[in-house]
Amino acid sequence: MEWWQGIYQALKDAEVRQVAYVPDAGHAKLIEACHADKEITAISLTTEEEGVGVLAGAWLGGDRGVLLMQSSGVGNCINMFSLAKTCQFPLAVFVTMRGQWKEFNPWQLPMGSTVDPAMTTAGFSVNTVDDPADVADYAQATLHHAFVGGEMAGLLLHQKLTPVKTFGK
Amino acid sequence: MPSTASEFLLRRREVVGKLLHDRGDRLVIGGLGSTAWDITAAGDHDLSFPLWGAMGGTVAIGIGLATAQPDRRVLVVTGDGDMLMGMGSLATAARQNLKNLTVCVFDNEHYGETGMQTTHTASGTNLAAIAAGCGFANSRQVETEDQLTEALPLLRDGPGLQFVCIKVRAEKLAFVLPPKDGVFLKTRFRRALLGADVV
Ligand SMILES: Cc1ncc(C[n+]2csc(CCOP(=O)(O)OP(=O)(O)O)c2C)c(N)n1
Repeated sequence: MEWWQGIYQALKDAEVRQVAYVPDAGHAKLIEACHADKEITAISLTTEEEGVGVLAGAWLGGDRGVLLMQSSGVGNCINMFSLAKTCQFPLAVFVTMRGQWKEFNPWQLPMGSTVDPAMTTAGFSVNTVDDPADVADYAQATLHHAFVGGEMAGLLLHQKLTPVKTFGK
Repeated sequence: MPSTASEFLLRRREVVGKLLHDRGDRLVIGGLGSTAWDITAAGDHDLSFPLWGAMGGTVAIGIGLATAQPDRRVLVVTGDGDMLMGMGSLATAARQNLKNLTVCVFDNEHYGETGMQTTHTASGTNLAAIAAGCGFANSRQVETEDQLTEALPLLRDGPGLQFVCIKVRAEKLAFVLPPKDGVFLKTRFRRALLGADVV
């Protein structure tokens, strides 16, 4: 089983119905699987902060949803996270990390190095997973924190998990 | 159309009264600022979710709700300032091809809540054209009573994905405040929609 399949299975087991995302290469296969799944509505966003709103609306309507993004996207969300915080909306966010490990693109470094403290400050419980064998377990725990605990829960997927991007160099 | 927003014919509180009169089982999201006060002036309701923040996120909330509740009409009522901040969500709504979402902007061409500074719509930004450009098959601008009468059934029941930009007079009205406890607003909405045993 590839690591992303552990997340997909956790989404299925938790009966997640909406998956909102801005694409990242690290999430590509998961996004594809969600689009192919008849029980899941995959929602392509123009910016990650939309996803925070979409998932609040989903919860109001009785659906569980999650948000997929890369680390840069967290920076786009900061104020919108206050919607989840103030109203105590469950919020599960899966972040593929950049700027963390063998990064080729220095433009990824500022957010890559700030995601964990930024999300923690915004009110998330944050976990990082770097071993493919552990991803399924962490994904289940993240969804549990969100939908059973009613928390804002972030899972940072270490850059070790995703292919090294070298832009052909 | 009058040249300044302070002379626009339509008055927001009268419009919202018509919009939410006999509201049936519609689910209503109100953007921060005047539109949250407006929907409250029309009668606070368990199936209204008025925002006190989350500027730019109002339509996005409507997208998630409309996706979760495909058999209910979701009405998003918001201001031009909020809509300008969340314009990308119009493209997302159109891409999802939501059949049960109406986005209604009360466009007073100003940021009313923060001191009546003009918004971009005062200098030509056309929100109805933007919605059409994002892929809304039904998008219109309303400036007169007749146009409003014509648009009301669409606003209330669709069909399909609807965008209506209503040019309303720029005026500072009395606050009619909804509850500001976000947890309360969320829980009352979920209980009214999903049942009292919802957790
Ligand atoms: C992210 C963010 N930026 C700025 C503000 C300050 N603010 C509150 S209401 C508002 C104006 C909203 O304009 P509009 O949607 O046209 O509604 P109106 O005030 O006219 O009712 C602004 C800028 C805010 N609350 N959040």
